[in-house]
Amino acid sequence: MGALLQIPDFKHTPTIDHIGVEERASRFTKRSIKAETKVNGLKLTLNMIDLTTLEGKDTDGKVKQLCYKAAHLHDAYPGLPTVAAVCVYPSMVAVAKKALEGTGVNVASVATAFPSGQAPRDVKIRDTKFAVSNGADEVDMVISRGKFLQGEYNFVFDEIAAIKEVCGKARLKVILETGELVTYDKVRRASDIAMYAGADFIKTSTGKIQPAATMPVTLVMLEAIRDFYYKTGKMIAMKPAGGISKSKAALHYLVMLQETLGEAWMNNEWFRFGASSLANDVLMQLEKERTGVYQSANYFSVD
Amino acid sequence: MAKAAKNNTSKLKFDTINYAPAPESKSSAKIEAQYDLFINGKFEKPSSKKYFDTINPATEEKLSSVADANAADVDKAVKAARTAYDKVWSKMPAKERAKYIYRIARMIQERAREFAVIETLDGGKPIRESRDIDVPLVANHFFYYAGWADKLEYAFPNRSPKSLGVAGQIIPWNFPLLMAAWKIAPALATGNTVVLKPAETTPLTALKLAEIIQESDLPPGVVNIITGAGATGAAIVNHPDINKIAFTGSTEVGKLIQRAVAGTDKKVTLELGGKAANIIFEDAPIDQAVEGIINGIYFNQGHVCCAGSRLFVQESVYKEVMRKLKDRIATLIVGDPMDKNTDVGAINSKQQLETIHKYINIGKKEGLEIFESSCALPKKGFFCRPTLFTNVAQSSRIAQEEIFGPVLAIQTFRTDDEVIEKANNTPFGLSAGVWTDKGSKIFNLTTKLRAGVIWANTYNKFDPTSPFGGYKESGFGREGGLHGLGAYLNV
Repeated sequence: MGALLQIPDFKHTPTIDHIGVEERASRFTKRSIKAETKVNGLKLTLNMIDLTTLEGKDTDGKVKQLCYKAAHLHDAYPGLPTVAAVCVYPSMVAVAKKALEGTGVNVASVATAFPSGQAPRDVKIRDTKFAVSNGADEVDMVISRGKFLQGEYNFVFDEIAAIKEVCGKARLKVILETGELVTYDKVRRASDIAMYAGADFIKTSTGKIQPAATMPVTLVMLEAIRDFYYKTGKMIAMKPAGGISKSKAALHYLVMLQETLGEAWMNNEWFRFGASSLANDVLMQLEKERTGVYQSANYFSVD
Repeated sequence: MAKAAKNNTSKLKFDTINYAPAPESKSSAKIEAQYDLFINGKFEKPSSKKYFDTINPATEEKLSSVADANAADVDKAVKAARTAYDKVWSKMPAKERAKYIYRIARMIQERAREFAVIETLDGGKPIRESRDIDVPLVANHFFYYAGWADKLEYAFPNRSPKSLGVAGQIIPWNFPLLMAAWKIAPALATGNTVVLKPAETTPLTALKLAEIIQESDLPPGVVNIITGAGATGAAIVNHPDINKIAFTGSTEVGKLIQRAVAGTDKKVTLELGGKAANIIFEDAPIDQAVEGIINGIYFNQGHVCCAGSRLFVQESVYKEVMRKLKDRIATLIVGDPMDKNTDVGAINSKQQLETIHKYINIGKKEGLEIFESSCALPKKGFFCRPTLFTNVAQSSRIAQEEIFGPVLAIQTFRTDDEVIEKANNTPFGLSAGVWTDKGSKIFNLTTKLRAGVIWANTYNKFDPTSPFGGYKESGFGREGGLHGLGAYLNV
């Protein structure tokens, strides 16, 4: 590497036709996923989940319980993978790190005055440094949507670059909060800014704003990743977050991922689901595939 | 992008896309071993006493045998239609006519799955398309024209529109049931009676429609559906007691029809071949445009008269478009049309497959660069890989003649004027596509392109309210919408 990227003019990012992109996204939902393809897809989904708790009322106890679940999703079903990461606030990183020791599950921390991002840059940097020094393997930052909507793309770019610098070895996920950007054109522009500024992941949403992840928005971001890969040869990971709670929806996302970016992205290094309730629905479907009958929700833990 | 360009060989890999089989059940489709002619409300044996087989092009297995109507059978059908017109249908209050058409529409919806399955078995198109596109559009067409039946005075104010009489209708094999709907629905709504002949390779859904028409208690003779090949069609065209010929099919046969009706007072609409230009400008939404290219040429195996078979790409985005297009083609699933995941199904007939291969060979001989999807094809049945030719010149036969298969001819252009000239430089003029983010450019092109249907930032979209038809050798007359009513009325 070492080659410098030529930074494009973000005022002229590619345009998106909203009807076309929504049609394409809905086409993926027409794929019929059955039998072993379904079971493999469901297990892969579990392995791609960032199990998340981001509440004001989070405590050490809550985080520890969630961490146990992350590594022991459903021990009644042998051979299940763990989730990819547990995603918490910076104050909970140390607790999660200790609880997950030896499990292979990463600790992801939101940072940069999540979820609004309305704080001075030095505060955001300190927030990030705190998370990383407590052991966060991944940092989920938010962009300054206000500045972005004002057209101050350099501000947004520089902020991402500054956070990336203090991440060290931690991988940086850049949350665009697409529900506040509203149009696909803006989602595309923000995706490009984030990738060129050093994002390892681009992520749709905080989960605090509606709408959160949708298939068309995710497709726009996947296509931005594809263009970036075409131009630079560098892979960027994707994380839709919020609103994906059913297995069927998760499988549709995997179909979209596979048919847009190909097999290299089909693992948890390059794709994540930011979700808290998805795991249990996937477990329920896996048990259904294994035993032929649906089990009551009482059989699946609610951590 | 600067030095990073050395990485430009990085390729996306799609080799592992391999979904477990997800076949649609055939149990909903009841296909009889033999079908007779639907004349005067009853299924009757053909006086020719002859039957021919219709096969599943994906497996080459026989599905059923179908009556071969001769001139005497055609005459019987026309007489039935004439009697029904004179005695019943032309005298019936328009709102009563509408009730029958609504009923047919609802019955099609109720049996949508059966229609979709049979359409796919008999014609080879993917079940996803017959289920999500063909059959819903068929029902919509009947619903739409049912609504017009008692409002013709408002459609043509102060013109006192009058029905024509008996309409002879001949339809192709690419959208068998949809074309039947395009023909029958406006004819009935305007008070005409019908003798319809489906194509010989795809007669089954029209015969299923005949069953529905029988169950709907439509007065006998209002719709007659007879099967056969070219000779049967010629007998319809030449029958002296037919007032209107509506034909969808090849330009070659369209010309024969035009000659045959010359000197008669038959009204004619012809919807014929095409070689549409699909034009991608540098400011287009490229990812969606690539999807539009795919929908334009690989929809229904390219058996679409309005297919976007000539692709024009502005030179400044040519490399990007080609790279994305090839990656997209790599994800197309070709195979069993009954599998819900199939994107490209079977070629409709052996004969058509040979025609397509003939053109692919012509393209190779012309020295064009060929790119084919690398997918595996089923061992049995008629299949063709999605194919494209690049470096195509305006003078190449691949760019001039209708192939009617999944074969795309790609040309480049530099300026708006150049592409307008090239797009119009064809004997056809059925459809075109324009892809740009700039509204004024769209309107500039739509006023200058000589094509009946022009899509902007989309392709192959159909709606009962929208007129459809061609310029030049793509035919004349319009079907669909308000215009489609006019074709069945004296105004």
